Amino acid sequence: MSKKNIIVVGGGLSGLMAAIKICEAGGELKLFSYCPVKRSHSLCAQGGINACMNTKGQNDTTWEHFDDTVYGGDFLADQTAVKGMCETAPKLIKMFDRMGVPFTRTAEGVLDLRNFGGQKNKRTVFAGSTTGQQLLYALDEQVRKWEVKGKVKKYEFWEFIKIIKNDKNVCRGIVAQNMNSMEIEAFSADAVILATGGPGVIFGRCTASTICNGSAVSAVYQQGAEIGNSEFIQIHPTAIPGSDKNRLMSEACRGEGGRVWTYKDGKPWYFLETMYPAYGNLVPRDIAARAIYDVCVNQGLGINGENRVYLDLSHIPAEYLERKLGGILEMYSEFVGDDPRKVPMQIYPSVHYSMGGIWVDTKHNTNIPALLASGECDYQYHGANRLGANSLLSAAYSGTISGPEAIRWSESDEIGDELTDVQLAAAKQACVDDFESIISMNGIENAHELHHELGDLMNKYCTIVRVNKELDYCMDELKKILARWNDIGVSDKGHWANQEAMFVRQLRNMILYAMVICKAARMRDESRGAHYKPEFPDRNDEKFLKTTIASYNTETHEPEISYRDFDHSLIKPRPRRYDVAKGGK
Amino acid sequence: MSEQKTVHFIIERQDSPDSKPYTEEFLVPYRPALNVVAALMEIQKKPVTKDGKKTTPVVWECNCLEKVCGACMMVINGKARQACATLVDQIPQPIRLAPARTFPVIRDLQIDRSVMFESLKRIQGWVEIDGSWEVNTAPIQNPYTAATAYEISHCMTCGCCLEACPNVGPQSDFIGPAPTVQAYLFNLNPLGKFDKEKRLNALMEKGGITSCGNSQNCVEVCPKDIKLTTYLAQLNRDVNKQALKNIFNK
Repeated sequence: MSKKNIIVVGGGLSGLMAAIKICEAGGELKLFSYCPVKRSHSLCAQGGINACMNTKGQNDTTWEHFDDTVYGGDFLADQTAVKGMCETAPKLIKMFDRMGVPFTRTAEGVLDLRNFGGQKNKRTVFAGSTTGQQLLYALDEQVRKWEVKGKVKKYEFWEFIKIIKNDKNVCRGIVAQNMNSMEIEAFSADAVILATGGPGVIFGRCTASTICNGSAVSAVYQQGAEIGNSEFIQIHPTAIPGSDKNRLMSEACRGEGGRVWTYKDGKPWYFLETMYPAYGNLVPRDIAARAIYDVCVNQGLGINGENRVYLDLSHIPAEYLERKLGGILEMYSEFVGDDPRKVPMQIYPSVHYSMGGIWVDTKHNTNIPALLASGECDYQYHGANRLGANSLLSAAYSGTISGPEAIRWSESDEIGDELTDVQLAAAKQACVDDFESIISMNGIENAHELHHELGDLMNKYCTIVRVNKELDYCMDELKKILARWNDIGVSDKGHWANQEAMFVRQLRNMILYAMVICKAARMRDESRGAHYKPEFPDRNDEKFLKTTIASYNTETHEPEISYRDFDHSLIKPRPRRYDVAKGGK
Repeated sequence: MSEQKTVHFIIERQDSPDSKPYTEEFLVPYRPALNVVAALMEIQKKPVTKDGKKTTPVVWECNCLEKVCGACMMVINGKARQACATLVDQIPQPIRLAPARTFPVIRDLQIDRSVMFESLKRIQGWVEIDGSWEVNTAPIQNPYTAATAYEISHCMTCGCCLEACPNVGPQSDFIGPAPTVQAYLFNLNPLGKFDKEKRLNALMEKGGITSCGNSQNCVEVCPKDIKLTTYLAQLNRDVNKQALKNIFNK
């Protein structure tokens, strides 16, 4: 009888959810993470998690949640997968409630709901303005229980380097590195789940944590995993611009009545309310981000001529704000110095989330047998644009699918032979050699400076507005950056907690992933969701109602782009508009 | 030509857990809203000391840069706090950075806080549920109690309170304010309170709440403004009640 030995890489919401399901099914797992899993990036999610709880007398339905998600994603999401997620959402909320998540409650003691963008009904369950933190902690606590029972062994402060395949091309293990001792080890398993989060750091400044570099995704892409819809990068409309990072100002601000405006002809102009009367400030993120860009860049109406507009909560009673949004208002005061209860906040759009990621089927299998992916690192559920508060949902839900599916692999004959000691040793040695050659790099480039350039490039050409000629230029520049990577000099030659050498390895993965984003954007000649090309302003269902697939070419190091049909059988695509009510049912 | 304004850092470094600490000084270009993490990132880009000597980049831990992950806690001008939320404009220069030595140092400003996560095991820091599958609907909760739970549940295991507590250290086994107060959080929960006695008994053991000397330092430094001393006092009463109960039930 097999031990059902699973490796999970990444300890955010999705990885932890998968871990719990694996333990409950009698499996044992090794859990790898850059950091103590309690510090994973899921905790930065603020506003809430969508689920049709229907406790506000609005006759909300899971079908409506499904339709809002598909419509919000501009019809590019696999509909069977989305339907499954929306139907399961209320059950997940009950599970989190039983686990002790301190959700915000109504006077009667039931879970409160708030409005969120792209949805007409109140459907967003929340814990103040720190919902991600609270959900992550609940799963962290449950996994700690399994750790005490001996079913989970955590490898915290270990970096995933690559997967190992057996002779049948089945993923049967990984190589990872201890981030303190620098020791590199190969581990064998029955199946591997990647839950390694998004690639925001490729863009330099973004709302993501410093650990969200997409490096693991890029590593498996270079080993043959396909990436889907990578051009769809969500730009969050309301972030606090910063030189080290852009700090998210939750969509919950708008959900709780916040208004976006700037001065026009000397008077406040609530441009979202004017442009989109049906949804007003609650338009989806891609729409709001483009409107703010247009007002600032094209019309030159940003605050004092700078790229900023107001996000205004000052008309809402302070006590209400404290209860519903407390944590983030404090963050704004702390990092900016102004009190958002009294004066309007100043915000601008920022890279926030990747709808695209590793291509998976509805069971979260990648195209490599026994390698699964779940959470933001996969491409599922959000199509061309993600609705706010659907990310915590997709992260948790995908873990409930990938965990049991990994168990299924472990019980199947299809996985073939376990890795031999020779195979494990060879995989390890290759990574040791790579690392040693990084440590000995003596060129003139500083890796962090090069990363800064990469971020500037990606921010400039691969975000809100995309122009083919500029994307061609961007691709050429990325190739130059890749070549310059070889000329990096590593100042730290030591073998103890050498963050610099590890960063150099991550940076190469980031550059290769950046090429995937850029090339996929270049090839999609239409506008859909977060992907907007003024040269092709309309959605083109005839040509592009398809998933973009990127595969790595080992010779050129560049992606090869193709298109794949997907399941859109349940809701017929219709024009996506937010100036009038959505229609459909 | 005006000279560029800089910020002066004096950083306590240490190459490995057993090696001797030393200091290095750096000048980082000033910009508005510069925080300590952003300054350390500048040093990564140009690892050169104030005297022009090439060195290695300073090692530290950070993730979210929004004061929610707890990773970048260090001692800044003598006080334990989150580096990302420390703006250089708000503190006097030169700015002195040091690792929080209540914990073993790994390298430079990076420390090993695994003891805190171990303590969460000891206090049984979770709600015992039958499984993640559908069981019952969770009970309705008093919104005021839930608000208290929400406050305590902000604890990000950063370790500021342990660093500030005079009773945490080699002289005592005290597990520290943060993990102790988490026991109160789970005892508040309608399902979590089923295991209240277990948690209180765990806090009676060596290193438990009797090791708290009520110095009140913890509440001063908590970056999440959790009323640690209030909850420690309530827990103390609960533990005493439990102790009496244990005697009478023997």
